[in-house]
Amino acid sequence: MSCWITIQDYALRSIGVGARLLPKEDFTLCQQFTLIGSGMIWNIYFGALALLAGFFLATALALGKNAENRWLRKPSEWFIFIFRGSPLFIQFFFAYFLFLSLKQVAPVFAPFTAAWLGALVTLFFNTAAYTGEIFYGALRSVPKGDLEAADAYGFSGWKKFRKITWPTMLRLAWPAYTNEAIFLFHATTLVYFSGFPAWRQKGDALYYANYFADKTFNPFIPYPILASYFILLTLVVVTLFGLMNRHLNRHLPHGLRQKIRLRPNLIR
Amino acid sequence: MAFYVSFGTVLLLLAITAPVSLGFGFVGAMLARSRVRPVAWIGKAYIAIVRGVPDIAFFLFFVIAFDQAIEWTRHKTLCRDWTDPIRQGNDFVVCDAAKMPLSSAAQWVHEVYGFTLAVITFAIVFGAFAANVLYGAMRAVPHAQMETAEAYGMNRRQAFWRIMVPQMWVFALPGLSNLWMVLIKATPLLFLLGVEDIVYWARELGGAKTAKFTSYPHGDWRMWYFLALLVFYLAFTKLSEVVLERLMVRLSNGQATLSGEKQRKANA
Repeated sequence: MSCWITIQDYALRSIGVGARLLPKEDFTLCQQFTLIGSGMIWNIYFGALALLAGFFLATALALGKNAENRWLRKPSEWFIFIFRGSPLFIQFFFAYFLFLSLKQVAPVFAPFTAAWLGALVTLFFNTAAYTGEIFYGALRSVPKGDLEAADAYGFSGWKKFRKITWPTMLRLAWPAYTNEAIFLFHATTLVYFSGFPAWRQKGDALYYANYFADKTFNPFIPYPILASYFILLTLVVVTLFGLMNRHLNRHLPHGLRQKIRLRPNLIR
Repeated sequence: MAFYVSFGTVLLLLAITAPVSLGFGFVGAMLARSRVRPVAWIGKAYIAIVRGVPDIAFFLFFVIAFDQAIEWTRHKTLCRDWTDPIRQGNDFVVCDAAKMPLSSAAQWVHEVYGFTLAVITFAIVFGAFAANVLYGAMRAVPHAQMETAEAYGMNRRQAFWRIMVPQMWVFALPGLSNLWMVLIKATPLLFLLGVEDIVYWARELGGAKTAKFTSYPHGDWRMWYFLALLVFYLAFTKLSEVVLERLMVRLSNGQATLSGEKQRKANA
């Protein structure tokens, strides 16, 4: 079987298109590359959507934590503490079994027991909490002078937030947020290793890498393939976030611009 | 009962891993600081490689690779007259005497072996992170302090142990406490490494039990078990936060830093 046929069969295997049966023996390098790459679709799906949705919730959480009103502040603080203080791994398990129980009460929750929605919601809350803390820190360090200047120009309320506070907050938070984004993509590999089952062997990249490692007893091929895919993904994320960083810093003289320093994290 | 013991497993893992990885980190940082070029390269390479590889892929990969490395070495030394190749296609075959642990060994030996592998993996990974933190902390000790030590006629070794090491902890503590939090949150990964830890038992005991197999039949309680785990981790991180803050206050005492200066003024 040539590599081209393998790609046709397995390139979209993780979303259920193409051959049904996974290869059982005589694994070729091509098969490993294709299937693990196919699993990356899920990693990108989870990471991108959670990041996008989490961004807005994180802004709300940062504002809530900074609020004077304790009815706004306390819930935000607790939300952030709960999701940052416990392992994501346990959160996945808990979410899965919670949704399983809820499903018995109301059938509305049926899709949540599947990874595509349940795990996405968990990741969304998790990244919102971490990002919320980053944004909160940035919000606290928005220069006083900027806000006073906004007042002097007669900005207030929504307009002041939209034009002054929010862009400055984003600019200050962006390097840390880039690391969070990279880290989130790495964390997506936990999905199929926690409670959420892979339905009809449609799993993410680590699921397939583990499948090959289990079948061949040789971890030295699938895991480096997985690692190389993730390095590629990380490079893409860094490039995109770097462009945004340049956009956010475009009004500053060159010397004052913030560079993104990559700080790889381990585990959440 | 096993469920409660498994909390002990987690605490034991933390109790062993934390000092061991601190030791690894200290050695790594010392190597990276070395004036002998190749030694410094070893230290820096250790830090860079482990920090660069994404999270759980390392855990999955390293344990199998380490296990195979041990069995391969034992095979080479114990069974010299064995002619079959070790890698037979997809299988990893070693002679019976080289099996690690021996297949005739008691169950607890297998468990202890798995646990030891887990501890070593954790120690190597977190050691690299600790090395990075300590390396930074050693450089943060004010240079004037080292010059003074030299002026008093101390040699490099004396200055390192008597001046730098006692002072670096205050700079290292924020990073180390961050690492400790990450370590706490990484413990559920023991489950992935095949150790029967709290996640394993929560799944086992929480699952629905029928009257046929147990004298305490109950429905699906896994949600509650995982809620308990979530609360356990939250309480543990909160406790560590409080303790580390106290420690920081103690360490800052008499240091030439902002908070040390504050304490001095408050007492004066």
